[in-house]
Amino acid sequence: MSEFLQHLINMLVLGGTYALLGIGLTLIFGIMNVVNFTHGVLYTFGAYIMFIVVQQLGLNFFLALPVAVLAGWLLGAAIELTLLRPLRGSDIDTTMLVMIGAWIAMQSGALWIWGGVAKSVTTPFPEAPLVLGPVSVSWLRLFVLAAAAMLILVTYLLINRTSLGRAMRATFQDHDTASLMGVNVDMIYTSTFAIGSSLAAAAGALLGPVYVIFPQMGDLAAVKAFAIVILGGLGNITGAVVGGFILALAEELGAGYVSSGYRDAMGFLIIIAVLIFRPTGLFARAERVG
Amino acid sequence: MKAIITIIAVAALASVPLWLRDPYLLNALITTGIFVIGAMSLNLLLGFTGQLSLGHIAFFGIGAYVSALTSLGFDIGLPGGLRLVHTPWPPIAGFVLAIVIAGLCGYFVGLLSFRVRGAYFVIVTISFAEVVRLVALNWVELTQGPLALTNIPSIALPLPGLSELTLRTKMQNYYLVLVVALIAYLLIARLVHSHFGRAMRGLMENETLAVSVGIDVTRTLTIAAVISAAIAGAAGSLYAHYIRIIDPEVFAFINTVTMVIMVISGGKGSLAGPVVGGLIFGLLPVALRPVMAPEAQWIAYGGVLIAILFVLPRGIVPSLAQRFGRRRSRATALASVTLAETAAKEPA
Repeated sequence: MSEFLQHLINMLVLGGTYALLGIGLTLIFGIMNVVNFTHGVLYTFGAYIMFIVVQQLGLNFFLALPVAVLAGWLLGAAIELTLLRPLRGSDIDTTMLVMIGAWIAMQSGALWIWGGVAKSVTTPFPEAPLVLGPVSVSWLRLFVLAAAAMLILVTYLLINRTSLGRAMRATFQDHDTASLMGVNVDMIYTSTFAIGSSLAAAAGALLGPVYVIFPQMGDLAAVKAFAIVILGGLGNITGAVVGGFILALAEELGAGYVSSGYRDAMGFLIIIAVLIFRPTGLFARAERVG
Repeated sequence: MKAIITIIAVAALASVPLWLRDPYLLNALITTGIFVIGAMSLNLLLGFTGQLSLGHIAFFGIGAYVSALTSLGFDIGLPGGLRLVHTPWPPIAGFVLAIVIAGLCGYFVGLLSFRVRGAYFVIVTISFAEVVRLVALNWVELTQGPLALTNIPSIALPLPGLSELTLRTKMQNYYLVLVVALIAYLLIARLVHSHFGRAMRGLMENETLAVSVGIDVTRTLTIAAVISAAIAGAAGSLYAHYIRIIDPEVFAFINTVTMVIMVISGGKGSLAGPVVGGLIFGLLPVALRPVMAPEAQWIAYGGVLIAILFVLPRGIVPSLAQRFGRRRSRATALASVTLAETAAKEPA
């Protein structure tokens, strides 16, 4: 039983960052209809920003997170302006392949700049974990969970309580009509991609110090994000949050009770199962942004 | 005209080992040739049915593992205390089994994944390939996991009335790959120009319309997937017996991407496209090796993929064909105008 409780605690921490990844991708996928293969690279990028700010510049750990969010926002906007805006109106396969090209180039760039050796980040948290009865959790992981929850809340408010969010939801429903109502659709696309990218970078900056940082760390993260989006339904933020926690639970239980080698297979198996049995996602009726 | 170009190209490719003595270049050509076969099989799905399968490397890898395990033998435990023991068979049997089993996998994957389209189809196929990779990595008793299957025997051809010919040298393997590639090319060409090929292209252009004129979409797509997977399995088998060592990295996503780049750059939906694109992208690393670090090469690789999609979205072969086709049609038009003028001038 205590083992099960421990898995639940780990699930909460993991699920929070997965939810961030999933929200970012579901916004981009839902509003722009772009299968964003650079999402994993943005995750890696966020983790390296954390490494640069904390290890190389020697600045405060808590400062690194907003820096990573801002850097992710800028890189996302740059990708959208240079690669996606000129391809507006081309078919989904073309943009997908362009995103794959960008992913390969950027990941190899990370390998070129930082090398293949895994990096770690020293954190200001005490080594000794917080022990609560039969389970223990490190202070770093608690911080990750709290920060992820805060970012999810901010995103939710941004989508549901601001005029930008309202324009994003309108564009998701019908971009032609939104455009007729005076929404600057080009600007909405750039903002969407930038916000989604900054969330991926935040997830990387949060999970990077928990594990280690290396150039290919984003590959699995990207696939997991796709699994979460499919699970929660396209463009559904609540679905992405729930999907993130379901994936984390499946991974924890799979690693704990089946075999740790198949931990990363859970995301793929969920994708296959959902698309075969319930292709519109678990929460199909609520398929809209917000 | 087209037949003459094809014959000249085949003759040129067949003559390569006669004048090229550099083993490094010959090796690059053989592995490129194997990937070209894979790219041709991918083109059958991507170019002629319009389905972008990003899990294609799974069939290549399954072919490689089936062929390797058939010729190496294995001894694994099954649930219930049973043991499955397989004594080694000749590699040529492995080659045949690789084709059959990869084709069967193509059937089941097709059956499941053709229920969805577009982005979802792409993600299902990626997931399938990753699950297969994780099985190859974790089923250590069968596949040796990351330790790899080693000492895979070279392919031996049983010659009638003679002893077996084991293909050990690079030249022999080059001709083996060339022959298999030619067979695959002719098979795909025949298929595409048949009634079935028209059905495939019909549903690529407009699926609803294809259904309305009585094309069984799922059946057509599944047959295309089986043939495509079987050819990829054959390529995988060639790879296993040529490289002679196979590890789960064969399933890496980047290998699928390599095939996709070969098809897209050469021109999807064109028979010669994957061959042209494959030769360019297979040999590009060889050309870049002296001037660029490996990481920089991959950056260039991604950059070239983006550039091709921006500049030549239809691929090299269709763009060239269109350019020459236009010139020729303008020439014919001019000629007919001149003829008409001459006819008008001439007194009746």
